[in-house]
Amino acid sequence: MISGLMIFSSVVYGQGAENASSFYTNLLIGTLGFVVIAVLLQLTDNLLLIEAKKTGADKTGRNFSIFPTIGEIFKKRLPARLDGEQVVRLDKGHDILVEGESLETVDSKVKANTFALQPPNYNGIKPIPKLVVQVGDSVKAGDELFYDKQNPDLKFVAPVSGEVIALNRKEKRAIKEVVILADKKQEFRTLPSIDLEESSREDLIAFMMEYGAFGMIRQRPYNVVVDHTVIPSNIFISTFDSAPLAPNLNFVIKGKEAAFAQGLKVLSKLTSGQVHLGLDGKSENSPSPAFVEAEGVEKTYFYGAHPAGNVGIQIHHTAPINANDTVWTLDVQAVATIGSMVADSKFDASRVVAIGGAVDNPTYANTYIGANIGELLKDNVSIEKPRYISGDILSGEQKQTEEFLNIFDDQISVVKEGDYYEMFGWLLPLSPRPSVSNTFPNFLFRDHKFEVDTNTHGEYRAFVVTGQYEKVLPMDIYPQHLLKSILVNDYERMEGLGLLEVVEEDLALCEFVCTSKQPIQKILREGLNTLREQ
Amino acid sequence: MDNGLIKFLKKIEPSKDKKMLHTLFDGFFTFAFTPNQTTKNGVHLRDGMDLKRTMIHVVIALQLCYLFGTYNIGHQHFYALGEFTGLFDGFHLKLTHGLVKMLPIFVVANVVGLGIEFFYAAKKGHPIEEGYIVTGALIPLIMPPDLPLWILAMSIVFAVILGKEAFGGTGMNIWNIALLARVFVFFAYPTTISGDDVWVSGIAKEGITYSTEYTMVHGWLDNLFSSFGWSVFGEGGVVIDGFSGATPLSLAVSGGWEAVTSQFTVSQMWWGLIPGSIGETCKPFIIFGALFLIITGIASWRVMLSMAIGCAVTGMLLNGWGATEYMDIPWYYHFYMGSFLFAMAFMATDPVTAASTNTGKWIYGFMAGMVGLIIRVINPAYPEGWMLAILFMNTLAPTIDFYVLDANMKRRARRAQVAA
Repeated sequence: MISGLMIFSSVVYGQGAENASSFYTNLLIGTLGFVVIAVLLQLTDNLLLIEAKKTGADKTGRNFSIFPTIGEIFKKRLPARLDGEQVVRLDKGHDILVEGESLETVDSKVKANTFALQPPNYNGIKPIPKLVVQVGDSVKAGDELFYDKQNPDLKFVAPVSGEVIALNRKEKRAIKEVVILADKKQEFRTLPSIDLEESSREDLIAFMMEYGAFGMIRQRPYNVVVDHTVIPSNIFISTFDSAPLAPNLNFVIKGKEAAFAQGLKVLSKLTSGQVHLGLDGKSENSPSPAFVEAEGVEKTYFYGAHPAGNVGIQIHHTAPINANDTVWTLDVQAVATIGSMVADSKFDASRVVAIGGAVDNPTYANTYIGANIGELLKDNVSIEKPRYISGDILSGEQKQTEEFLNIFDDQISVVKEGDYYEMFGWLLPLSPRPSVSNTFPNFLFRDHKFEVDTNTHGEYRAFVVTGQYEKVLPMDIYPQHLLKSILVNDYERMEGLGLLEVVEEDLALCEFVCTSKQPIQKILREGLNTLREQ
Repeated sequence: MDNGLIKFLKKIEPSKDKKMLHTLFDGFFTFAFTPNQTTKNGVHLRDGMDLKRTMIHVVIALQLCYLFGTYNIGHQHFYALGEFTGLFDGFHLKLTHGLVKMLPIFVVANVVGLGIEFFYAAKKGHPIEEGYIVTGALIPLIMPPDLPLWILAMSIVFAVILGKEAFGGTGMNIWNIALLARVFVFFAYPTTISGDDVWVSGIAKEGITYSTEYTMVHGWLDNLFSSFGWSVFGEGGVVIDGFSGATPLSLAVSGGWEAVTSQFTVSQMWWGLIPGSIGETCKPFIIFGALFLIITGIASWRVMLSMAIGCAVTGMLLNGWGATEYMDIPWYYHFYMGSFLFAMAFMATDPVTAASTNTGKWIYGFMAGMVGLIIRVINPAYPEGWMLAILFMNTLAPTIDFYVLDANMKRRARRAQVAA
């Protein structure tokens, strides 16, 4: 082939020399040669890719093309531990480094005595659920507290044993929280034993509904309580949390590995598809063996900054939610609880909770679902105007000390209130503050941990800047246009632009970076609610 | 110290019933102090960036253009007279002449524009939005130095009221406000902004010769300068032989690249020592501003790059066609003449009026570069094309975005079909 080309080129060259316009001849030969080689390379490349696709090897995220991708030339290499694994590389996103990350020890002195189950945590149930306990009743961990009136089989159970001491209500008599004063020694309701191998999906579902497991699982789209009549097309579990000050789940799962593995087995019987684990590809150390060696699940590593750890992002890159799909999501500690329901026949709602931010002693605490915030933070906060947040600072909920951690949260963040005026703060800010903008010298101090506060650093404005949300959202979604379609109530566009694929936490970082200080998560929730009502 | 001052200011804050006063106070107060607002539920932490900071960085990027533009007004003036032809000769005279022209334009542009902004903010009861900070900085730079101030004021009234407030204020406008002001002058008072007679300041055509006569301001300044023993404006005079006031673009129309180089050297065009709109001439400073905007992430590099590519590709195609002398001008010299770079860096990148999707930005920029050069080279009625090209692309931007979003929706729908 090549020799043929040489002969051909020499002939052409010979003709060209006679005409003395050898420049064009050379150019022609050069171009022809280039085209021939390019075609050959492209052909080889395509054949390789087809072969890779046939064998399914392309799903590992490795590049089977003979051409390096731009990423391979310029970007950081993936850690060696990811060789041969299924990796999704996320280029967009931003890690906000905040002072006060929890030290990886469990402080045994940090204890909560009161706990609460909060109906408003469950999107999609009636605001006044049917209570089956009264103030003064004593309950065991796993006893039913209330059920949803629309779906009486969906029961919500006590996280701890003790005495029901209060039923707090909000406006319109909606129930805000059912408060339990915990016993010193926890007692558990004995659950019927269930044989995982023998029992059918229906049996398992009934068991989980009856004994409270479905209170820990959420269903997407809309992030609502599970509809047990629908078989989820997949179940997703993120095994790392990339939010600021988030707990290290590798640390949290310590001691619960067996229960976690058992939980995965249960879950894999519930879906028509697969149980997907999202693993951290970015940290230098390999994640906990409980995650890496998990069996019977589809494991995907995610290499990237926050929100890579959000399960919504992971769903988008593994098996995106299509119209009419439902998927379930839950967190690793909930998996362990479900595992122990089957393995130990008890509802073990113990949670390891990270306490971080502007506290004196950032640490972890052993506690249960829905612990009281003031008790967990006792003698730990000495700043003047603290704000307590159940969850992370991007998507958590502001709480008072007498309130409780939300059911799905495993961290408390404390930040300073920022109700101060700042002279020319927009032009010449004197104190460092987190920002994705290069107008701040933050890019020079990449490892700096910021002491943050809740000041908005500017006022609410109309959407002006474009493209800033896309920079921090690693999804094929146009957030600004999605939000605008919600604002104008255009249902078709909302759905078309991917509203069903996101929940508040996924766009939280967009709200953080928003120059116009738009309340993005609020707009999104309104959109989700209106679309759900449709 | 701050606390005492803030307490005092809060004490004198007009009540919200007095809409006008309150808006005005609020505008100045939030300029001096970022307010003490805190986040509600949603994110608890906000990025340090806000709209004021975004806008001010564009203004910062324009500063070198301002400096050079002001000086170049004076330099062109004296160059035409054949006096102080060296760049730094008669430095103080050139600078004062530039300032005498520039300051009134700047003041009028900002007083009129901000006045309208304040009025509408008070009327609608929302805080003053920052959009005009940039518009007010851009408008003086894209006008000819001798533009009558009342025409300038009219153009701003037109642009801000019909172009922006009618659509709902900052962030809602369809067309770039600064260009809308310019296009108003261009079509309503064409003689003040086109032709060869308007680009060099202080020089009027009398019959067939150009001459200059200084006003009272200059006479008064002359007293000052002569007391220092510096050179003075004097009486004015007649412009040197061969002066036409033509810009490279109008020369290119008449005689191609040869005609351009007969008047200006390439380095003159590069450094901006040519007549033109005030801020558009100095290429290195514009490039500096553009890089500043790209590095700080304020303006979209996608728009700038694709517009440059669009212009270059079209330039090459026209070179290939080569039907007129203008088309034969090597494509890379189009970057030296006229206001391409300024339009690319500061006009096309306006986030409100440009395409808002990243893919859309590539298309938008490329087409703006293409259309602009076509207008410049092929249409003899308009010597320069970027203003019209960008306004045209502003009009098309929502359509471009529509198709980009439509593709996204279709992708999602197809994915669902494959899955089902």
